[in-house]
Amino acid sequence: MRSLIDIQELTVTEIDELIAVANDIIENPGKYSEKCKGKILATLFFEPSTRTRLSFESAMYNLGGNVLGFSEAQSSSSAKGESVADTIRTVGYYADIIAMRHPKEGAPMVASMNTDIPVINAGDGGHNHPTQTLTDLLTIQREKGRFDNITIGFCGDLKFGRTVHSLIGAMSRYENVKFVLISPEELKVPEYIKQTEFVAKNLQYIETTSLEEAMPDLDILYMTRVQRERFFNEQDYIRLKDSYILTPQKLETAKTDLCIMHPLPRVNEISVAVDSDPRACYFKQVNNGKFIRMALIMKLLEVK
Amino acid sequence: MIIGQIKDGIVLDHITAGHGMTLYNFLGLDELECQVALIKNADSVKMGKKDIIKIDRVIDLNMDALGYLDPGVTVNIIKDGKLAKRENLDIPQRIENVIKCKNPRCITTVEQELPHIFTLRDRENRVYRCLYCESKAK
Repeated sequence: MRSLIDIQELTVTEIDELIAVANDIIENPGKYSEKCKGKILATLFFEPSTRTRLSFESAMYNLGGNVLGFSEAQSSSSAKGESVADTIRTVGYYADIIAMRHPKEGAPMVASMNTDIPVINAGDGGHNHPTQTLTDLLTIQREKGRFDNITIGFCGDLKFGRTVHSLIGAMSRYENVKFVLISPEELKVPEYIKQTEFVAKNLQYIETTSLEEAMPDLDILYMTRVQRERFFNEQDYIRLKDSYILTPQKLETAKTDLCIMHPLPRVNEISVAVDSDPRACYFKQVNNGKFIRMALIMKLLEVK
Repeated sequence: MIIGQIKDGIVLDHITAGHGMTLYNFLGLDELECQVALIKNADSVKMGKKDIIKIDRVIDLNMDALGYLDPGVTVNIIKDGKLAKRENLDIPQRIENVIKCKNPRCITTVEQELPHIFTLRDRENRVYRCLYCESKAK
């Protein structure tokens, strides 16, 4: 059976189908309440997570299925030195589908190579997190009604942010998407991503250090956290940190239908005062995450 | 310089000048008990200078590794003193246990039994990436 390790494994058509199912689930939740009755999801979280694990578990319960698993490596046999392959071979006898988070990059791929049941990558270090990207795409579709002819701004840590890289990769497959990359010099999108996603595909992108300058053009603003530990010296961090905090003042020049997104958790990069702005969509994203995961679990289990 | 002909063996020709020793070490030729000759900086009409390795025995060669290390190499199999087969290498699509992933966050750093697999992602620039973590081969 098929797994999902990287968002690029899904075609644009498949993503459209998943979004259509997720939207139908939102409209008609009762229709799906027993779709996975008798099925078991194993949530294997080798590192802590709040949103993603609970979202997967809630998704499976809403489909009428059951859940087993662990939420930290210390409570699994990996603490005794068991390999990922052996853990997965074992779990494969107890569950029908696996959602796995692991601090080491590539661990979910190793898992998928050692079992016949589907494995969903729920985040592997700084590498991939495909269900976050699906969540982001569902949010964009629900808020904007389209993926093409959009100007999307990414703000904050664009160097290390896996959700940013993954969403850039997914959005670069649609027509006439303009990318605005807003970050300090130290945290710009890596060169190889610009080459593969923008230059090779002949797509428009702008790099800027000013959120204020970019704001009026944006249809979507995807915020991320600028972390202290990413800077070489404290002075640079102090100089720059407030530049990338979204406040009601900075939103004064924004479009009235701007969609503000954030993968969460947030620390201080979006002022709490923005939460009541109708353009704030980051908590809707959390809700959408459950529905797209329901659609994905059904697809991988081949439940109609 | 005269190096005798071999009766049954392998001649690795058109090795990029200066790469001969790398191939010699990687292929473990130092462990062979038969005669092995490494010729450095031989004259070449095509390449100007080249390295050549002659092995006085037919051994199994990891062609993918050879293709990764030096895709221009020609492998000549000699039988009864005559050329029995000539093989031009290509850049391999996938290499296994030829190089190791250097990314400290890669799963291969903690799971010693996993094969180190790299796949070709950019033929023009010969960029290989780790199958698991997608880090660029260094």
